[in-house]
Amino acid sequence: MKGYTRYFGTKLAWFAVTFVVAFLLNFFLPRMMPGDPVAAIVARMAQGQSNASGVQAIYKQYTELFGTNKPMIEQFFIYVKNVFHGDFGFSFSQYPRTVSDVLKNSIWWTVCLQLPAIIVGFLIGNILGVLAAYLKGGYDKALMPISIFVSGLPAFGMAIILLVIFGVTFRLFPTSGGYGFDLIPNLSWGFVWSVIIHYQLPFWSIVLIAIGGWAIGMRSMSIYELNADYVKYSRFMGIKDWKIILYVFRNAMLPQITGLALAIGTMVGGALVAEIIFSYPGLGTTLLSAIKGQDYPMISAATLIITIMVLIANFALEILYGFIDPRIKAAQAD
Amino acid sequence: MKNTLQQVFHSGKFVIGFSIFMFIVLTVIIFPLFVKTPPLGIISQGSIQGSFLPPGIYVNVYDSIGVAPYTLLLDDATAKRIASKLSPDDRTAIKEWLLADGIPEDQIDTTDTKSLMNLWTSNYDPNKELTGMTFAKMRFYQRLNTSLQGILSTQDLTIAETGTVTGTLQAKGSVSQTDYVNVSEVPNVRLLALGTDSFGRDVTPELVSATGTSLLIGLVAGLIATSIGLVLGLAGGYIGGIVDDVVMFFTNIFTVIPSFVLLILISFSIGQEKRGPVVIAIVIGFTSWYWTARAVRAQVISLRNRDHVNLSKLSGHPIALIIFADILPYIASYVFMALILQISTAILAEASLSILGLGPKTTTTATLGQMMNWGLIYMAPTMGKWWAYLPVIVIIALISFSLNLMNTGLDQVYNPALRE
Repeated sequence: MKGYTRYFGTKLAWFAVTFVVAFLLNFFLPRMMPGDPVAAIVARMAQGQSNASGVQAIYKQYTELFGTNKPMIEQFFIYVKNVFHGDFGFSFSQYPRTVSDVLKNSIWWTVCLQLPAIIVGFLIGNILGVLAAYLKGGYDKALMPISIFVSGLPAFGMAIILLVIFGVTFRLFPTSGGYGFDLIPNLSWGFVWSVIIHYQLPFWSIVLIAIGGWAIGMRSMSIYELNADYVKYSRFMGIKDWKIILYVFRNAMLPQITGLALAIGTMVGGALVAEIIFSYPGLGTTLLSAIKGQDYPMISAATLIITIMVLIANFALEILYGFIDPRIKAAQAD
Repeated sequence: MKNTLQQVFHSGKFVIGFSIFMFIVLTVIIFPLFVKTPPLGIISQGSIQGSFLPPGIYVNVYDSIGVAPYTLLLDDATAKRIASKLSPDDRTAIKEWLLADGIPEDQIDTTDTKSLMNLWTSNYDPNKELTGMTFAKMRFYQRLNTSLQGILSTQDLTIAETGTVTGTLQAKGSVSQTDYVNVSEVPNVRLLALGTDSFGRDVTPELVSATGTSLLIGLVAGLIATSIGLVLGLAGGYIGGIVDDVVMFFTNIFTVIPSFVLLILISFSIGQEKRGPVVIAIVIGFTSWYWTARAVRAQVISLRNRDHVNLSKLSGHPIALIIFADILPYIASYVFMALILQISTAILAEASLSILGLGPKTTTTATLGQMMNWGLIYMAPTMGKWWAYLPVIVIIALISFSLNLMNTGLDQVYNPALRE
């Protein structure tokens, strides 16, 4: 166990460093934007006011409120202090709401949509991949081109296709939102059902996109594994086919989990855009409105949260990998 | 080299992918030579149908009246004319009246316009009062009957002009129901193969030029990302030591930070004014190099201690020569495959970025992502205007499908274990 502590310690240190870099980028990049967003809000607020000194006073009050009158470095330290209290400041575009107030709701929509979708897509794709490698023939010949085609589709493309087919043409599922627009979130059966049917299209568009890529990767991995000596040996021993597939699956999964750790950032990005297509009330849609409103506190916070979620997912995968990879297990045991 | 090419072009997957890709590239190059219209020129004003004009051949009505007509006697012309004017709702309404009038249901066929009209004209009497029919409904049928009589008339249409002095109508000519014009004789005919978009722009040239821009963005971004990845991977893998540590430090960090997030942040901070297609391509290139660097480094490390490299070192060859002569040829195929993948992901990245409203700002040519964005903003998918978004998705899917297919083909050539 002592070896494991070391292994996870190094991993944790890496993630801490990455977090600091991500945090710095998240703070400084949006604030380098040309133009003055506070001036834009003031122009909106002071519409029709001809009194120049009055507008000046409003502007001054807002720069103090948002803290944009202080030097950048000072703003940064105030921001760090506030973020650790869960305070991301006011939203520029939805003032007087605070950023954390807006994001508090959308985080859960995104997590509950993407986490299951990515896991389900990963599992289905890998199972199809290992079957393609094992069965070969017609199944393989049909699955591969479809997988290559589907994995090349952007997530938003799949989202629009599903939206048009199942939402617009057949009217089977609602086309936008996370629940019926005439409902107030509560725990009644009607509301839960509404959430479930609104969930289907975004969920399957993310799952279908993911399946193709994992199937292709798994197929290559499994072909390598199927040529390994232990498979031949197992065959000579007369072990049942499904049991061999299970062995192959377990061994070929290891690199696939590393693959998942590498791909999860990209997948989350694609899924965020798919959310926008369905106006799903998650981080993607929030990010879109923040970009439209030049709302950099919101952009900073939303991207920071996405980054943290990806970091956590990555870290979880690394830990999982440490436990299931026999090589790491052996190395830590000494 | 020749041998390798031969081998590559023997792979079916590569050839299919390559053909699709070359077809798209050639279309982008050749199409503008024949069609000289500006890709973002607005050609349609908002009409009753909105700015989204459906695909089809548009014939100028004014000109077609001016062209000398031919007389064609076609049997089904009248039936077709009536059929096109009789809506499904009207048909069911007629059926309802006839049923109420006591006509047996098996005699009424709402799909057969001719027999339906015959039944209607022979049975309908505006003054007849059917039991249970409201007055409003009766009035509805009287109106329907009047409009149907207009359809059934066989009179010529008179074309008139408002006199400039008198202000009265003066007959200029007449159009009979058997008059036809030859489309090739009408001076103004425009083929809108993919209709027009939300702004009233012809989608076809717009799509072709957008494909060109997106391919350019993909190529520039892919070249940048692959070059950075190659250089860093070579440096880290071959030189090792502190250089490797620094390279791996950055590679590890950027692997975990989602590149999409970086892309959003950088594009946002550049500001709308400075975001051209090339700038976006550079940004995409600078945010997607890390996995190439990681992979190149791994390959270089495995090559570094091979005999031929050691021999080269002992012979006192300079590092540059060793890298170019002894290492690059071994990883060239891999780097080329990485480039293909980078191009395909860069095109997708541009599209995603544009949907978020952070795409390149252009005035003369669009990108595929921007066309997608416009289609979404103007609700083309929910309004059923398929021509404003489906061709874009198809092109994006074809580009990335062909590139992925080429990649898989190459993989099978260079990885004998994957061959069937």
